[in-house]
Amino acid sequence: MLLITCPHCGPRDEVEFHYGGQAHVAYPDDPHALTDREWAEFLFYRDNAKGLFAERWQHAVGCRKWFNAVRDTVTYTFQSTYAAGESAPNGVAATHGGTP
Amino acid sequence: MAEKLPEHPDFLWRNPDPKSSYDAIIVGGGGHGLATAYYLASQHGMTNIAVLEKGWLGGGNMARNTTIIRSNYLWDESAAIYEHSLKLWEQLPEELDYDFLFSQRGVLNLAHTLQDVRESQRRVNANALNGVDAYFLSPEEVKEVCPIINIGDDIRYPIMGATYQPRAGIAKHDHVAWAFARRCDQLGVDLIQNCEVTGFLKDGDRVVGVETTRGRISAGKVGLAAAGHSSVLAELAGVRLPIQSHPLQALVSELFEPVHPTVVMSNHVHVYVSQAHKGELVMGAGIDSYNGYGQRGAFHVIEEQMAAAVELFPIFARAHVLRTWGGIVDTTLDASPIISDTPVEELYVNCGWGTGGFKGTPASGYTFAHMIATGAAHPLNKSFSLDRFETGHLIDEHGAAAVAH
Ligand SMILES: Cc1cc2nc3c(=O)[nH]c(=O)nc-3n(C[C@H](O)[C@H](O)[C@H](O)COP(=O)(O)OP(=O)(O)OC[C@H]3O[C@@H](n4cnc5c(N)ncnc54)[C@H](O)[C@@H]3O)c2cc1C
Ligand SMILES: [Zn+2]
Repeated sequence: MLLITCPHCGPRDEVEFHYGGQAHVAYPDDPHALTDREWAEFLFYRDNAKGLFAERWQHAVGCRKWFNAVRDTVTYTFQSTYAAGESAPNGVAATHGGTP
Repeated sequence: MAEKLPEHPDFLWRNPDPKSSYDAIIVGGGGHGLATAYYLASQHGMTNIAVLEKGWLGGGNMARNTTIIRSNYLWDESAAIYEHSLKLWEQLPEELDYDFLFSQRGVLNLAHTLQDVRESQRRVNANALNGVDAYFLSPEEVKEVCPIINIGDDIRYPIMGATYQPRAGIAKHDHVAWAFARRCDQLGVDLIQNCEVTGFLKDGDRVVGVETTRGRISAGKVGLAAAGHSSVLAELAGVRLPIQSHPLQALVSELFEPVHPTVVMSNHVHVYVSQAHKGELVMGAGIDSYNGYGQRGAFHVIEEQMAAAVELFPIFARAHVLRTWGGIVDTTLDASPIISDTPVEELYVNCGWGTGGFKGTPASGYTFAHMIATGAAHPLNKSFSLDRFETGHLIDEHGAAAVAH
């Protein structure tokens, strides 16, 4: 069971949260300009890091806010959690997904 | 009395050192890698080949799964490949000359809501059109197939019916791996354990070998069958895969006299259970929502699964859990596998079987071997290519995949 620190409410049990996959995947600036390949990247391709991973969580039965976290996908320990809109610490960020 | 397990032959396979070069290399010594090597050798006459495994043969998801085999998938593409797999299962014990206790005791997929009922009936009709044995049963008929099940309506999600596939069943998974491994070895395939692939050798856009913890090995063709690690591995070759890896858990009880004659699965309340030949109740749960490689998952997932199991089977309340464990499954967004060529010439991938690839083991190996040997897709795996994520021809099996992912 994970103990997750909501940046707004503090540490809470995993069952209060909803997982949202990779963080920092930007919606395409100009959707009409995308090729099929780029659409596929945006919709279906996400990083699958073994190690530190920047991802989204929602405090679903608490404040209901989405926020971001950097978590190790091998040990499952959280390095940090931070509010949506803030950039990832230590340069851990999406390497793909969406247009630059 | 529980069924007696077959004796192990004392000698199953050699443990050769890797040669400097092979016609083809399969990365991953799980069921899929071993089946691929078996069909490469037996169907395509390719015997100068090796299976490279970072740990021990069959030590990944092959040894961690709940061994359910069935072919009642919704779409034509899936029905075709899983039904082909089931037909191969039916002949493999004789073909491999190894009794791995394939037991066709049937599977019930429960419906607990009106929407479940409609989806199930649709799937039964689709199965019938594809020549897959499938029936829709009323709650009373469910109870005839599985007398210990609770069809009362005083539980949170009462049983409103079920699909039933009589030819479905279970097999002893370790023995399946050993059966393939022994026959591969007899056919001259080198099975190399403790040999992790750490990189790829390329000549321009073409793969020409692999880097391993036991040195460089050149190869004409390379096939990846690394389940939970497929995207990590492919990335080393510069190939990005639409895969997310998640923990999936299972557990077994202590041994009991036979009480549970079939396989029961519920997509809605997330439990699937059968009774192993020795007598353990074998149960699986849903995946943990987060990405992970730790081969363990969260306790609350097991708690939910047990709560559902005890409502469906009140007599389970007295059973003790003996062991829980997790595997890492590689999921795709349409809950269907990928058996495909890649942007790198002569590099092929077989992955994305998610929570349901054990049943696919024979057909996975059969089609992947065809692709590696001939360079072209077999009709059964043509639709399971990587380019479906670009063309939009997805094979959405979330309903029939039966474990939500
Ligand atoms: C708890 C659980 C329950 C399941 N229940 C069912 C079920 O009831 N029915 C069903 O059909 N399916 C089920 N599955 C899914 C099924 O187990 C998998 O889809 C299937 O086993 C995957 O294929 P595989 O056997 O080849 O994988 P694995 O056995 O995982 O083989 C992959 C191998 O690749 C090796 N490898 C990885 N990276 C490298 C590298 N760099 N170099 C060398 N080797 C490498 C790994 O060590 C591993 O041995 C379940 C899975 C789990 C975890
Ligand atoms: Zn909160």
